[in-house]
Amino acid sequence: MAVVTQAATAASDEKELLISGSEAVAEALTLADIDVVTAYPIRPYDTVMQAIAKKIANGQLVAEYIVAEGEHSQFEIVKHASTVGARVFAGSSGVGWAYAMECLVVTPPLRVPMLALVGNRALDDPGAFGVEHNDALFVRDLGWMLCWIDTSQEALDTTLIGYRIAEDRRVFLPLAISADGAFLTHSQALTLVPSKQKVDRFLPAYNRGDLQLHPDNPITVAPQANEDWVIEIRRQNDEAMKRAYTVIEEAYADFRRVFGRGPENPWFEEYMTDDAEVVLIGMGTISLPIKVAIREMRAQGKKVGLLRLRWFRPFPYERLVTALSKAQAIGVIDRNYSFGSPFASGVVANEVRAAMYNAERRPPLISFISGLGGREVMLDDVKKATDICYAAARSGQSDAKTHWLGVRD
Amino acid sequence: MAETTTTFTNATQVLEPFRGIKKVTIEEYFTSGHRTCQGCESALVMKLMVKAAGPRTIVLGSTGCMYVANTTYYTTPWVVPWMHTQLGSSGSAALGTAAGLKALMAKGKIKAEPINVIAFCGDGGGADMGIGAISATLTHKEYNSLILLYDNESYANTDIQISGMSPYGAHTTFSPPGKVHRIIHKRWKKNMAGMMAAGHPECRYVATVCASFAVDMMNRVRRALTIGGPTFIHSLDPCPKGWDYDPMLSHELGELAIETGVFPLYEVEDGQLKYYGKTRAIVDGRKRKPVREYLLKQGRFAHFIEEDLAYFQAKVDEMWEKWEIPAVVPFRRLDATKSVLDVK
Repeated sequence: MAVVTQAATAASDEKELLISGSEAVAEALTLADIDVVTAYPIRPYDTVMQAIAKKIANGQLVAEYIVAEGEHSQFEIVKHASTVGARVFAGSSGVGWAYAMECLVVTPPLRVPMLALVGNRALDDPGAFGVEHNDALFVRDLGWMLCWIDTSQEALDTTLIGYRIAEDRRVFLPLAISADGAFLTHSQALTLVPSKQKVDRFLPAYNRGDLQLHPDNPITVAPQANEDWVIEIRRQNDEAMKRAYTVIEEAYADFRRVFGRGPENPWFEEYMTDDAEVVLIGMGTISLPIKVAIREMRAQGKKVGLLRLRWFRPFPYERLVTALSKAQAIGVIDRNYSFGSPFASGVVANEVRAAMYNAERRPPLISFISGLGGREVMLDDVKKATDICYAAARSGQSDAKTHWLGVRD
Repeated sequence: MAETTTTFTNATQVLEPFRGIKKVTIEEYFTSGHRTCQGCESALVMKLMVKAAGPRTIVLGSTGCMYVANTTYYTTPWVVPWMHTQLGSSGSAALGTAAGLKALMAKGKIKAEPINVIAFCGDGGGADMGIGAISATLTHKEYNSLILLYDNESYANTDIQISGMSPYGAHTTFSPPGKVHRIIHKRWKKNMAGMMAAGHPECRYVATVCASFAVDMMNRVRRALTIGGPTFIHSLDPCPKGWDYDPMLSHELGELAIETGVFPLYEVEDGQLKYYGKTRAIVDGRKRKPVREYLLKQGRFAHFIEEDLAYFQAKVDEMWEKWEIPAVVPFRRLDATKSVLDVK
C-alpha cells in the first residue's frame, strides 16, 4: 500500500511515498509512459505486475497490458512490440526467467532495448522463494546489461536511467534490473517520486529510427545469416556493450543534473573504503548486514569497507581495479554459485579475479558463498569472512578456496 | 511515421474478395531472392498470402523452411517489412506487433492507420511448439492479427522429421520403416483448425486453405484480415522433399488431398461453419476419391501395405461419417436409444 507521507510543497515537484522496490519500479514505469507491458505470475517479481495492473485499472498508466500464457511468450511479445517502436517492460524470477531463455537470447542481437525486472529467486529444485542471483546471471554472456539494486529509491531511479541507457542508439541493448527477492521486492522504504515534467527532461522518447518495423520502412529483420555474417553481428553487439560504458556515465551524470541526486559513481557504491584494509564485495541487499557488521567491527578497530557492485554488465573492471588496489585483502561474498568453476567460487569472485589479473598490485582475494535460497546473511558470517580476509592480508596469500558461510555442517 | 491527430479506431483494412483470377492485383510483395525447393507449395502460400494482404502489412515468420529458405541475408524476397520470430512464437509475434502498433497509434506516437499483422508458422512451430502461444493470441480480441499455419506435414527444414501434423505412417527421418516395425509414426494428425475454432469462442474467423486453389486461398486471407481480431488459417502445403514426389505434382496432390477428404476446406466465421470448394461438393454428396490415389503418389507412404491403406481409409471415413460435424469436430452424438451411463 502506497502511503503519501509528505504533502508536496509549493516548490517541490517530488512526492515521497512509502513503497516497496517493486512498487517503485511501477512508479518509474508510469513516469516513463511505457507502451506495452507483459505479465506472468511467479514470485517474487510479480509484485511489480500487481502494482502495474492497479495503475492501469486506475488510469494512472495507459499501456497495452497483456497477461501472457508463459514467460516465453511474455518476453517474445514485448520483443516484437519494441521493434515497431513501443517502449516495453517485462520481468520474471528464477525458473520463470529460465523458461523465457530462448527469447532472452534473441533480444540483444535484435538490438531491442527492453527493460526487465528480475526479482532474484533460487532456481528449482528444490523449491524456494528466496533470493539467489543465478537466475539473472544466466544471460551474463549474451549482451544483456545487468545491474543490481539495493533500495526502493535505487529501483525507481535505475528504471528511469535504464531506459535512457538502453534506448540510446549507441547501445540499443536490453537491461535486466535485479532486485533481491523479498528483501527488496517486498520491503517498503520512503521513496522520492519525481514529477513527469522532470522525467520528460531526462528521458527522451524511444526512437527506433531506421530499425523500426513499419510499412513505411520495409526492412527484413533477423534473416538467416549463417557463417557469412554472424561473427560480424556478434562484433556489433560487442561494440554496443563497450559503448555502454560511456552512455552509462553520461546518463547518471545527467540524472544528477536533472534530479539533484544519484551516485557520482554509477558502477558501485563504496562504504567506508577510504582507509579500509579489508574490502568486502557484494551485490544487492546483502549490503545491509555487511554495513552493520562493518560499523561494529570498526568500533573494535578493524578497518573494513564495502564495495557494493551495482553494474555487472558491462563490468566496471577498470574502476574496480583502481578502487581495490589499495586494499590489503579483498573478500567477495557471492549470492550465487558456479559449480566446477575456478576455485569453486561464485561468479562475482571470479569476475573480480579476472579483472585484477593485469593489475600492478593484486591484494589477496578470498571467495565466499552465502545467503543462498534466501537465507539471511548474519553479522557473524560477515565478521568471520573479515577475519579470514585479515589472515590473508597478514600472510599476503589467498587460500585459493571458497568458504561457504552460514551453512550447516 | 510522423505524429498525427487522426483518431485511432482499431479498424482493419477492408479487403474485398478477388472476383476471379483476372481481378487479382498484379503487384507482388514476395518476389525473387528466396531459395525454396522446386515445387515448394509453401513458397507459393507466402506469395499469395502477402499478395492478398497488400502493401500495408507486417509479416512475422517463425523458424522453419519459410524462414531459413526465404530470408538469406542480403537477398530477402520480402517487399513488406518482415521479421523473424522464434519457432514457437508466431502467436506472440502477432500479439506483440499488434499490441505495439495499437499502443503507439492510440497514444498518437505513430500515424493511426490499419496495418495488417500476419505471423506465419510451420506445422512444427505452430501445431507442436507454438500451440500455446497461438491459443493465447486467439483470446486477445482487441488485437488484429492473422496467424497462418503452413502445414507441409513435417519438420521439413531440418531433414524431414515427424511433427504432430504428420499423417499416420509417414516415412520421415524420425520414422523410418524397418524390418521389425513397418510403421513407426502411429499418431493421427491433429485437427488444428477445428481445435482453434472450437476452443476460442471470440476468435471470429478460422479457415482451412490449399494453394492449389489460389483465389479461394487469397480470399480467405483477405476475409481474415478484414474481419479483425485474432484470426487463424491452416494451409495444407504439399512438399516435394518431405512427401517424396515429382515437384510437378504439387498442385495435383493438393487437389487430391481435398478430393479424397483427407483435408477439408472450410471456414468458420462468427461460429458459423461453411464448407467451400471441392469439400462443399463432398458435403453435398459427391463421392470422395479413395485415399490410395493420394497416398500412393507419395514416396513417404511407399512402405504401406493394403492393411495400412485400409486403416488410413477407415480413419478418413470416420471423419466424414462419424464426426458430429464432418471433418471438423470429432465429437460423436450419443446413441439416443441408450442412456448416458450405458455408453462405454
